[in-house]
Amino acid sequence: MIVLGLVLVAILYGSIVNLQITTALLASAIRHSTPLVLGAMCGLICERSGIVNIGIEGQMLFSAFIGFLANVYTGNLFISVLIALLAGALLGLLMAFMSVTLRTNQIIGGTVINILALGLTGYFYTAGLRTQGKLGPIPLGPLADIPLIGPVLFNNPPITYATILLVFIVNFVLFRTAWGLRTRAVGEHPRAADTVGIDVYKMQYVNTILAGAMAGLAGAFLTLEAVGSFERGMTNGRGFVALAVMIFGKWSPLGAWGAALLFGFTTAVQTQLQFAGQVQIPHQFIGMLPYLMTIIVLAGFVGRSRPPAAEGEPYTKE
Amino acid sequence: MSESPVSPHKKSQLSEFFNIIRNESLLRSLTLQVVAVLLAMLIGAVILLLSGANPIQAYGALLKGSFGSMAVLARTLEKATPLVFAGLAVAFGFRGGLFNIGAQGQLLLGAMTSAVVGFSVTGLPAIIHIPLALLAGASAGALYGAIPGALKTFRGAHEVIVTIMLNYIAINLTDYLADGPFKDVTPGNIVARTPEILDTARIPAVAGLPIGFLLAILVAIFIWWLLWKTTFGFEIRTVGLNPHAARYAGIKVARTVILTMVISGLLAGLGGAVETQGVVGRYQPGFNVGLGFDGITIALLGKTHPFGVIPASLLVGAMKAGSNEMQFTAGVATQITDVIQALILFFVAADVIVRGLLRMRSTGEEGVKLTTGWGKL
Repeated sequence: MIVLGLVLVAILYGSIVNLQITTALLASAIRHSTPLVLGAMCGLICERSGIVNIGIEGQMLFSAFIGFLANVYTGNLFISVLIALLAGALLGLLMAFMSVTLRTNQIIGGTVINILALGLTGYFYTAGLRTQGKLGPIPLGPLADIPLIGPVLFNNPPITYATILLVFIVNFVLFRTAWGLRTRAVGEHPRAADTVGIDVYKMQYVNTILAGAMAGLAGAFLTLEAVGSFERGMTNGRGFVALAVMIFGKWSPLGAWGAALLFGFTTAVQTQLQFAGQVQIPHQFIGMLPYLMTIIVLAGFVGRSRPPAAEGEPYTKE
Repeated sequence: MSESPVSPHKKSQLSEFFNIIRNESLLRSLTLQVVAVLLAMLIGAVILLLSGANPIQAYGALLKGSFGSMAVLARTLEKATPLVFAGLAVAFGFRGGLFNIGAQGQLLLGAMTSAVVGFSVTGLPAIIHIPLALLAGASAGALYGAIPGALKTFRGAHEVIVTIMLNYIAINLTDYLADGPFKDVTPGNIVARTPEILDTARIPAVAGLPIGFLLAILVAIFIWWLLWKTTFGFEIRTVGLNPHAARYAGIKVARTVILTMVISGLLAGLGGAVETQGVVGRYQPGFNVGLGFDGITIALLGKTHPFGVIPASLLVGAMKAGSNEMQFTAGVATQITDVIQALILFFVAADVIVRGLLRMRSTGEEGVKLTTGWGKL
């Protein structure tokens, strides 16, 4: 709350001093937060169903690459995004297969996905492939003309809109529907869920696959909306930072969104400072910040939140 | 692997060693691992075929480039050396119930620190300079490993994310140091790297064989002794199997967790130092990347046992050494070895598949309980 208040004061102060910079700052915060909140939602949907997924990084990287390839060869951005979603879902299926059916240790399962994605994208990547355009911003009519809020919230590319919508949808589904209740039951006490007739394995499979598609959307965001091209290892730890965002947001989509915005805002402020040349800090130290912040978050706040009780342990039917 | 705590009978360590080799369960787990590697190679071959390469030619080149001559064999050993350390670091953490994904960062700081001691401290004879730089690298790794250990014990921050974050921080930090305070200012140099270390800090090669590998084997034996022949090792393994039981038994769990991470980091840091002083000769960003993740594959392929880590490192080292030859003669990108490694990890971790293929029943003999969720200690 204190942090939030400080940020609000800073934004207000900023808009009085220089509206243009504040607008750029907030817009950049939204951009930086998009892959993080998508990754965090991938993580929390898995964990709410009892599966720890540290393979988000790999899922993002792989689908970023597949979406990129689809764009190179089809030129259709919509189809490319869909294919990226499928790629993420496919790795979600692999994650579910490893943790539910093979009962592999889930941390190792996630590591398999990460190394596999790094290897596959590295192996099949050839320099010089050209993309055919990227997703551009769509202004939402007169809303986009409101000062400060307009350009920040109502003049975004499609995946950014979709992400904000998804936050509310996932939040609703998780806490207000039967599906969400079943999911949380599976994550907290699979034996009890099983007893009342919930198909634990099915819930875990479907949720992990859907969550994979979210990571896929994050990957699509990177190649098809943010950058417009692919480079090796371009996710750069975002999938892991997303896990911290998830924990910071206490395993809830709205919380994760807030946490991701905070992370995005910090990154935006740093880049802005660097860009304006106001601070002479070596760029490597700026580069460290999101990771340092993740550690601080983990060390300072995690004590007060509680992960789903049954996560990480494979469930055996009787 | 034999999980007996400190043996009640005072057997000689040599006979104990041969007992491990004779152990039937060793044969079984060896079979499992070999089949896992073969399956991974098989799927790797399919991927090679799909991408239009000739797998037989590619694997042939891989073999030729890793074991084909004395020169490439020395190169395989050279590549395997830091891998033994990285593998030991991860395996040691596993034995204590910790997943150290941060071997990468600890290794980078070890490599950097040993390079700094290697080029800046002058006037020492090699007999002092070499161990001094090694010790500096090991200490840097140990200190860096202490951070996640302490954060886990005192703040409940899970070591998996913390060590991953520390990896990225270490990459940035060493990049900065190599491009800033410790940059090589030799005229004409524009890349980020430290000056070359002095000859007195270089680990010599004897008869063409890297001494570093010998050191790695000695360290592996020491770690085996530490884990299975000392009370401290017994405490580490007990905490790794069941921290609650360990606490009831009067073991100081917090202290053990931190020390496990410190030793794990020390091993990784030492690996970085050996790489700097035995192979690279300076710190240069990008030269040691990926070794930490290799360490995970190696630790699990080696059943988290120090003596299993050595052959696993040789295998991965051979793939690294041979991948250049493979790229050169078969035109296959070196990254295919990463794919094969991920597949090896997959088949080793999902041993249900391999057991099913071999009609082998699970015996539940696996001695390591790996971390599962967040914030559980």
